[in-house]
Amino acid sequence: MRAFARLVARADGRGGTALVELRGETPLLLRQTPADGGVATVHIVGGAAGPLAGDDLRLEIEVGPGAAVRVRSVAASIALPGRPGAVSRVAVRAVVHAGATLHWLPEQLVAAAGCAHLAESRIDLAAGASLRWRDELICGRYGEVPGGAVVHTQVDYAGRPLLRQSLAVGPQAPGWAGPAVLGGAPATGSLLVVDPSRPTAPPTAEGSVARLPLAGGPATLWTATAPDAHTLRAHLTV
Amino acid sequence: MATPSLLLLLADGRFPAGAHAHSGGLEAAVAAGRVTDLATLEAFLAGRLATAGLVGAAFAAAAHRAAVPETVGRADALARLDAELDARTAAPALRAVSRRQGRALLRAGRAIWPDAAFADLPATPTGAHQPLVLGLLCAAAGLSRLETATIAAYGTLTGAASAGVRLLGLDPYRVQALLVGLADACDGTAADAARAADDPPERLPAAAAPLADIHAEIHATWEVRLFAS
Repeated sequence: MRAFARLVARADGRGGTALVELRGETPLLLRQTPADGGVATVHIVGGAAGPLAGDDLRLEIEVGPGAAVRVRSVAASIALPGRPGAVSRVAVRAVVHAGATLHWLPEQLVAAAGCAHLAESRIDLAAGASLRWRDELICGRYGEVPGGAVVHTQVDYAGRPLLRQSLAVGPQAPGWAGPAVLGGAPATGSLLVVDPSRPTAPPTAEGSVARLPLAGGPATLWTATAPDAHTLRAHLTV
Repeated sequence: MATPSLLLLLADGRFPAGAHAHSGGLEAAVAAGRVTDLATLEAFLAGRLATAGLVGAAFAAAAHRAAVPETVGRADALARLDAELDARTAAPALRAVSRRQGRALLRAGRAIWPDAAFADLPATPTGAHQPLVLGLLCAAAGLSRLETATIAAYGTLTGAASAGVRLLGLDPYRVQALLVGLADACDGTAADAARAADDPPERLPAAAAPLADIHAEIHATWEVRLFAS
């Protein structure tokens, strides 16, 4: 399946945010839910059955100057095998203007056995934009060895590279479960917080979580591995 | 043309750039109980090669590409690579280590190849990233882009492997056998990295390893350690 969805938000001039464009296609449907303190909230629905290898889903988000949007999903998405040799692809492209805020806090991506999945996110932040971007990957359903999944994140701040990371798991990724990458943890993820209004805190690390101030802007990356999705979420809720 | 001896000389752990002081994250992985024997060392090396090894080799190859022709804008290209590598190195401890190793390599490079393009490296106060310096150094030595990537990938394996012998008291013959077993993967990684250097900087490999970041920050807080990283 191919699907395209688009979300455009603008400040409404009264301290709130208006969604001037909100459209999607099965299985990538967007629903506005009640706003929370001036932040427009959108849920991605219908993502539960898939994506299947061969699916190509694209989502574009634009948050205009001064607007604030929170995107969630109603359920974890489960990358599943499809046509032999096919890859499922979910591409998110977000542009966040000055003084705008985007919170991207979907449920987990589960890489099921035999999947071949690519999650690609590209985020352009203007100087003065704020972001909260959480990616959580569960390697296999319960007790299952995952197929191939790559989670690629590319973030620029004020035209400068801020974060580039590409986490690969599964049979095509040598050593992914080993002690240099995930150390056998079935859950991993990161939370990127960009907040130009606050100085970044120094790095810390303990156990399997670290707080990492980035070089390219007013940003901090929390990165974690965990024995399960629940523990991972606790690590990545700050 | 480069001679095979120059390739060997630059890949040699005895090249005076301080590589022996670094375990490539192995010391922290051993302390965390994640690397305990030959099998876990092998998994560590395979994962390191596919992540930090690939990224470092691709950036060394890209710096070599920027160095070889007498292009205008070489300094801009290197500054861009420096910022792109920062964006791939989330852990401040790993950024600092890469720049410290870059400074050590630059001291050797300036003494040996005074005419190389080192002046075009970005003037960051803590030094340029090691793969960028390596790329310029290999270009000055007349090595190819693939040879440059091979030296970089190989260096990510051998430093950690010899640290494994010291940290875990492993049989050095069996650790060497393990490296022999990884030679094809190392060559494959170098070939991928050399090819990737043709891509624009934002598309260069960005293979991430969460534990490498976490281990590096934990290691940086230790008061007593055998290796600098």
